[in-house]
Amino acid sequence: MDLSYSPEEQAFQAEVRGFLATHLPEHISSAVRAGGELSKEIMEEWHALLNAKGWLATTWPTAFGGPGWSPVERHIFEEECCRAYAPRIVPFGVSMLGPVLQKFGSKAQQDHYLPRILDGTDWWCQGYSEPGAGSDLASLKTRAVRDGDHYVINGQKTWTTLGQHADWIFCLCRTDPEAKPQAGISFILVDLNTPGIEMRPIKLIEGGHEVNEVFFTDVRVPVGNLVGEENKGWTIAKYLLTHERTGIAGVGFSIQALEEVKALARKLRRGGRPLIEDPLFAARLARVEVDLEAMKITNLRMLFQAQKQGAPGPETSILKIKGTLINQELRDLARRALGPLAAPMGVATESNLLFGPPDTGNNAARYFNNRKTSIFGGSNEIQRNILTKTMLEL
Amino acid sequence: MDFTPTETRQMLADSLRRYLAEQYPADHRNAVAYDAPFHDPAKWAELVDLGVLHALVPEGMGGFGGTGFDVTTVFEALGAALCPEPVLPALIAANLLILAGQDVAPLMDGSKTYAAAWMEPDAPFALQDITMTATTSDGGYRLSGRKSLVYGGAAASHILVAARLNGTLALFEMQASETTVEAYAMIDGGGAAELLLDNTEARLLLADASGAWEQAFEATTLALCAEAVGAMQWAYDTTLDYLKQRKQFGVPIGTFQVLQHRTVDLLMEIEQARSITIKAASEFGGPESARYTSMAKHLIGRAARQVVEETIQMHGGIAMTWEYPLSHYAKRLTMLDAQLGDTDEHLSRLLAGYAG
Repeated sequence: MDLSYSPEEQAFQAEVRGFLATHLPEHISSAVRAGGELSKEIMEEWHALLNAKGWLATTWPTAFGGPGWSPVERHIFEEECCRAYAPRIVPFGVSMLGPVLQKFGSKAQQDHYLPRILDGTDWWCQGYSEPGAGSDLASLKTRAVRDGDHYVINGQKTWTTLGQHADWIFCLCRTDPEAKPQAGISFILVDLNTPGIEMRPIKLIEGGHEVNEVFFTDVRVPVGNLVGEENKGWTIAKYLLTHERTGIAGVGFSIQALEEVKALARKLRRGGRPLIEDPLFAARLARVEVDLEAMKITNLRMLFQAQKQGAPGPETSILKIKGTLINQELRDLARRALGPLAAPMGVATESNLLFGPPDTGNNAARYFNNRKTSIFGGSNEIQRNILTKTMLEL
Repeated sequence: MDFTPTETRQMLADSLRRYLAEQYPADHRNAVAYDAPFHDPAKWAELVDLGVLHALVPEGMGGFGGTGFDVTTVFEALGAALCPEPVLPALIAANLLILAGQDVAPLMDGSKTYAAAWMEPDAPFALQDITMTATTSDGGYRLSGRKSLVYGGAAASHILVAARLNGTLALFEMQASETTVEAYAMIDGGGAAELLLDNTEARLLLADASGAWEQAFEATTLALCAEAVGAMQWAYDTTLDYLKQRKQFGVPIGTFQVLQHRTVDLLMEIEQARSITIKAASEFGGPESARYTSMAKHLIGRAARQVVEETIQMHGGIAMTWEYPLSHYAKRLTMLDAQLGDTDEHLSRLLAGYAG
C-alpha cells in the first residue's frame, strides 16, 4: 500500500503546475473563479494554449497527436487545472468524438477531422438526447433516410450543450425503424451550416444559456459522414459513454468548492463569530469534507485499477454518483453560507462579489445549475442500474 | 501509488481468514461469545501462534508489524468472521506497554493477557473526562472507584488502569487476581467487566501517560474501523446472496429496483468506508493521524448504521432471529460505533479543527 505519487508522477505534477503558473492567463482564471458562463473566446484561447503545448487531447494516444498520458497522469493534470482555476476542456470534440473516430472512423475521417479538433477549426456538439429519449436513449426517433449519396435527416435533438458555439454536431439517428431499438441506430456527423437546421437556446433554471434544442427538417448529409457501419451506432454510443470515465468523480472541482466554502465561512460572521465556528454549519461542512476525503481515495483506487487493467471498469459509476452528490452538497453549502446575500443575480463582478477577488461569486446560480450533474451523463439512477447489472449481478 | 497489500500482509490476511473460516463458524462463535469466559481460550492460543499479536507490534519490539496497515489487515479479517477473541484489548495494551517502556514479549507469546480499564460512566470517550485519582501511601499507589466496560476483563491476567496522579493522567498496572472483576457478556458478543477498586494497590508504569493513552486509542480506533469494514463487507455479501435466492411474488426479490438501488448505495458506502480507512492507516503515526482517524471513525459510524438497518430490512424477519448470523454482525457493527468515540464525537473533534 502506497498512496503517494511515484517520483516520475511527482515530476510530472511539478511540470504541469509550472506550465499553469506561467501560461494560464490571469483574465482566464479570474473568469473561471467568477463562476459564470465562459465566453467562446476564452474557451478557444485556452484550448489553443494547451494545444500549442500538446496537452489539449489528454486521452489521445501519441499516434493521433495526443500526449499518451496514463490514467494517473491525466488525473494529475485535471487536478492541477482545477487548483489553478483553468477552464474545463470542452469535451465534445476532444474527449468524445476524437476517441470515437480513432476507434470507428475511416482513415479519411481521422485525417480530416482530428487535426481540426486540435487546432479549433471545428467546434463540436453532441446530438444524443431527444424530448422523448433521455435515460431511454435507444428510443430516439430522429430519422436518417438514405437517398442516393445522402442521408435525409428529420427530427429534434435537445440538451445540446454549447451548441450555440458549434460548427458541427455528431448525431445518433434512426436508420432502421423496423429493427430492435438498439439495432437501428447510426452515428452521423452533420455540418450545422447545412440548410434545414435550426438551433434554439434553452434558458436554464438560473437564467444561463448553456444548452440548446436542435431541429432537423429535410437536412441532407453526405453518406460519407457516417461513422462506422450503418445501424451500428449504438455500439459507438456505448463506447463513448464508457470510454473516458476517470475524471468522472470531479474530485478536483470538489476540492476547489470545499476551499471556497471554507474561505467564505471564515469571512462571514454570525453572532459576531466566524460562521465556520457555528457548530451546525461546521457539522455539515465536516461531513462532506470526510465524504470528499474518502472519495479522493476511492478515485485513486479506481485509477490504480484502470491503470492495471488498461481500462476503467463499471465500478466507476460509483465515482459518478458519489462525486456529483458531494459536489452538489458543497455548492449547497456555499449558497447556504451566504444566506440572503446569495440572492443578487447576474455575473460576478468586483461590485457584487462580496469580498472581491479571489472569492468566487454566483453561488446561488451555481447551486441551481449544479443540480444538473446528477441528471446528465447517465443519471445517477441509470448509474445505479449499471452497477446493479455489473457489480451486483442482480 | 499502489493499492495492493504487501506479500507478507496478504499471507497474514489469507491464513487468518482461512483459520477463522474453518475454526470459527457462526454457531461456534455464538456458543462461546455470550458465556464466560466469552471467548475460546484454545482458539485464542492458536491465534497467538498464528502471529496475530506479533503483527500488532513493531519489529524493534519483537513483533513483525505495528504499522497502520498491519493493524487494519488483522482487524478486517477478525471483523469479517465476527471473532470475539480479545485482540482489541491486546492492541490497546501492547501500545500502552511499549510507550511505558515495558516488555511486550509476555503479551505476544500469550503468557500474560492484558485488559485496559479507562472508561467511567461519565467518561465514555474522552480522556480528559476521567476522574479516578490515585492516592499515595508508603511510596506505593492505591486506586478506588469503578472502571466500566473493561474489554476482555474476564480473560485478563493483568489490567492496565487510567487514573489521575497529581492531576495528570497516569498509567497503572495491577493483577486481575488482586481486585474485583465482575465480568459479563456484551450484547454484540465478547466479554467486558466492571472493575471495582477499593484502595487497591497499583503499580505505576507511566506518570504522564496522556500521550500514551491517546496513541493507544488511535491505534484501536483504526482497528475498529477495519473491523467494521470486514463486517460490513460480510453483511453486504450475505445480503446480495439473499436477494438472489429469496423469492416473493414468484421472482427473486433482487429483481426489484427499489432493493437494487438501495443495495448499490450500500456498495458505495462500504467502498467509501474502505477508502477512508486506507487513508487513516497510511497516515497512522504521522502528524495528521488523529484527524484522519476521526474522519474514518465518523464515516464508519454513518456507513455501519446504514448497512445494519438496510441489510436487516432487506432480509425481512429472518434477520431478526438469533439463529441467522447477520443479526450478530448487525449488533457488532452498531455497538462498534459507540466504542472510542461515536460518529458524532469524532465529527465534533473535526469541527474543533476548523476554529482559529
